[in-house]
Amino acid sequence: MISLLGRAAILVALAACVVGAIAGIWGGVTRSAEAARWSRWMAWAFFAAVAAATGLMEYALLTHDFSVHYVTEVGSRSSPTWVSIVSLWSSLEGSILFWAFVLGVYAAGQAWWTRSRYPEHSAYAMGMTLLVGVFFCYLVAGVANPFTLVDPAPADGPGPNPLLQNHILMVIHPPALYLGYVGMTVPFAMGAAALLAGRITPSWSRALRNAMLVPWGFLTAGIILGGWWSYDVLGWGGYWAWDPVENASLLPWLTSTAFVHSAMLMERKDQLKGWTLTLLMASFLLTILGTFMTRSGVFNSVHSFTQTPIGPVFLAFLALCLVFSVVLLAARIDKLTPPQEGLSGPASRDTAFLAQNLVFAALTFTVLLGTVWPLLNEAMSGEQISVGEPYFNKWGVPLGFLIVFLMGVGPALPWGRASGSAVVQRFLVPLGVAAVVVGGSLAFGLRQPWPIAVFAMSGFALVVSLQEMAAPGLARWRGKGGSLVGAMLEGTLRTRRRQAGYVVHLGVILVAIGVAASSGWRHVHELTLVEGQTGQAGRYTLTYLGHELEREAHRTASVARFHVAVDDRELGVLSPRMNNYEAMGRPLPSPDVRSVPAEDLYLSLVQVDPKSGTVSVQAVIQPMVWWIWVGGLVMAVGTVLAAWPSRPGASRKAGAPTGAPAGAEGAA
Amino acid sequence: MTQAVQRRLFLVVALLVAGGALGVIAMGGIGENLVYFWTPAQLHQNSDKAVGATIRLGGVVQAGTVDWQQGDQLLTFTVGEQTVDTATPVVVKAKGAPPQMFREGIGVVVEGTMRKDGVFAADKVMVKHSNEYRAPTEGVDPESLYATVEEL
Repeated sequence: MISLLGRAAILVALAACVVGAIAGIWGGVTRSAEAARWSRWMAWAFFAAVAAATGLMEYALLTHDFSVHYVTEVGSRSSPTWVSIVSLWSSLEGSILFWAFVLGVYAAGQAWWTRSRYPEHSAYAMGMTLLVGVFFCYLVAGVANPFTLVDPAPADGPGPNPLLQNHILMVIHPPALYLGYVGMTVPFAMGAAALLAGRITPSWSRALRNAMLVPWGFLTAGIILGGWWSYDVLGWGGYWAWDPVENASLLPWLTSTAFVHSAMLMERKDQLKGWTLTLLMASFLLTILGTFMTRSGVFNSVHSFTQTPIGPVFLAFLALCLVFSVVLLAARIDKLTPPQEGLSGPASRDTAFLAQNLVFAALTFTVLLGTVWPLLNEAMSGEQISVGEPYFNKWGVPLGFLIVFLMGVGPALPWGRASGSAVVQRFLVPLGVAAVVVGGSLAFGLRQPWPIAVFAMSGFALVVSLQEMAAPGLARWRGKGGSLVGAMLEGTLRTRRRQAGYVVHLGVILVAIGVAASSGWRHVHELTLVEGQTGQAGRYTLTYLGHELEREAHRTASVARFHVAVDDRELGVLSPRMNNYEAMGRPLPSPDVRSVPAEDLYLSLVQVDPKSGTVSVQAVIQPMVWWIWVGGLVMAVGTVLAAWPSRPGASRKAGAPTGAPAGAEGAA
Repeated sequence: MTQAVQRRLFLVVALLVAGGALGVIAMGGIGENLVYFWTPAQLHQNSDKAVGATIRLGGVVQAGTVDWQQGDQLLTFTVGEQTVDTATPVVVKAKGAPPQMFREGIGVVVEGTMRKDGVFAADKVMVKHSNEYRAPTEGVDPESLYATVEEL
């Protein structure tokens, strides 16, 4: 029954997308308001149908309806309820359905948001979004149909991949990533609309940037949560391994971050339209590439992707999107009005933006090359290789440093032309702080050049960001007098988007510090202990207290307990586990972490031997990992502040201060 | 400068940077940081480039070759193509305890490099697992899954 209803709902969604896409593009070409309205209605219908389909699938998962194909793949009567719910995105077909659902949510949001605005572009944009919807509905209805009827229905199923059941983060990490990935469709559609219409208005370019901030924020959160999951679940004591799946999520993040910055230049100065739209198209294409790479199994072997039905279809869609984007850009880029003014002098914020864009482009290029190289190599020579971490670090570390550097230097520079002395003056305090950081690090006995350089630049960028955040309030206070607190508050509230940008920068700075410290001073100790025995891991004294066997419905676990102390100071007990899922046949270590701002102690079991009573444990000690998660949170808060919609009518005012020259405000 | 000239200039600079990056990477970056996925037989075929290269060696732990020195935390074993492999075995030395489930006859992937003396120095030892799940089997004693090399 559910199988039938589900398939029906998907067909309705597909029909709505087809009709809506045609109506939208027709509405764009003919400027027909009637057609535009139709495309919005179809967006609502698409949302309703795909939401119904997703609801039906969740119902089937929760009621263990094994007549539905997807439930037989990932369902299990022994799974806890939360595992049953998140099983929706634990395997291929379900995640494609979830993808379509998220697209439905975005399409409905887009229809609502543009319902009475941007008459020139909104119909085209709606049509383009629904055109992408056609593809995903086709996938769900056809090659990746999760609703196929299974007859006779089996009594029970294997449950989802144990790695995905190991941690509660699995509830939020994939949806965040999907909201980021899928959301790129909306700015892509809007960019395509600008090209199709052959015109980009200031209000449309502002809308475009806002539309990107939403998926960008989710993608950022998804990547950081992914690192956290990897750290808390996989048991190797790291958060980033330059794994192809991780790279797949990083690539669109890099291009969309570059876009968010170059779009400011487009919005303010009417410059770099072609480049900005190229970044926009690239971000969307990279999300499709990422989905293709992670979902087709191509990384197991180039030749294995044809074994999943979805691989070739996805590759064809990717090629189609690529050709469409390139042709559209080439055909229409000259129609967009040429820039009004030239680029400014070398020491200006404009130049810093350009440099930032080039650094991000270079990083995207190197990561993309390292990620697809094994695929190309295997396709050509048949030899299986992968590109090792040293390659990525070799490029990622200096380019990452440059990013922090530009994050400090850029905002300190005024827009347009700057006088040399003014620039020097603005750099004095931040440079002083950077020098103090270097001196302090050396005095502390630290000797690693890259982390110290990142610390110094972080100090620099931190001071600049705080100065920039305080500038509007201070200018107000100097101009109008009154209480300092009141002026600061007023000045801050009136420049929300600008403040939000700097909050995001502060988050990035925290992440940069955490990454530099934790990778610069990472120590791994391995101990084999019998019960009651004590061992030393760095400054920590570990005492093995013994282990218990815990039985749950879907797994058994061997839980070892370690007493942790530093110099006779007791820090409590850590309990790393070895989980054994019946369906897996191989135990999975599940680490336990003592995380404080200064340092993480990470215990992961290598081996528990009940016969001889020994346990082997890996202790990973890394400073300041905690700051990465906090930085991620700060970035998320900043993004919400930036993307929060302004009151209609107030949007122009709220947008304007972002554009006000920082240097001028500071000097006012 | 006119707009057109500036735009073209920017384009040229961007292309130069991208082209330069491409060149530098093609010369050094990727080539020296490749990780090879080899079986013992492939390792022997490629013995000329095996020393110093990062290799992920996949094979089967040979019967009667496992030696675990707990005091030195040194694990030595031999990896072959199949359960009994006399043609192409590779001696592996690894620092650290054997992972859970490690035993004779099990599939492993070891990552490390070939030393000049023909011994494979491993940084990581992983027990191979398949991503395909099988239905739960009845009557398996959970304790038995924690059995390790010590009892073999």
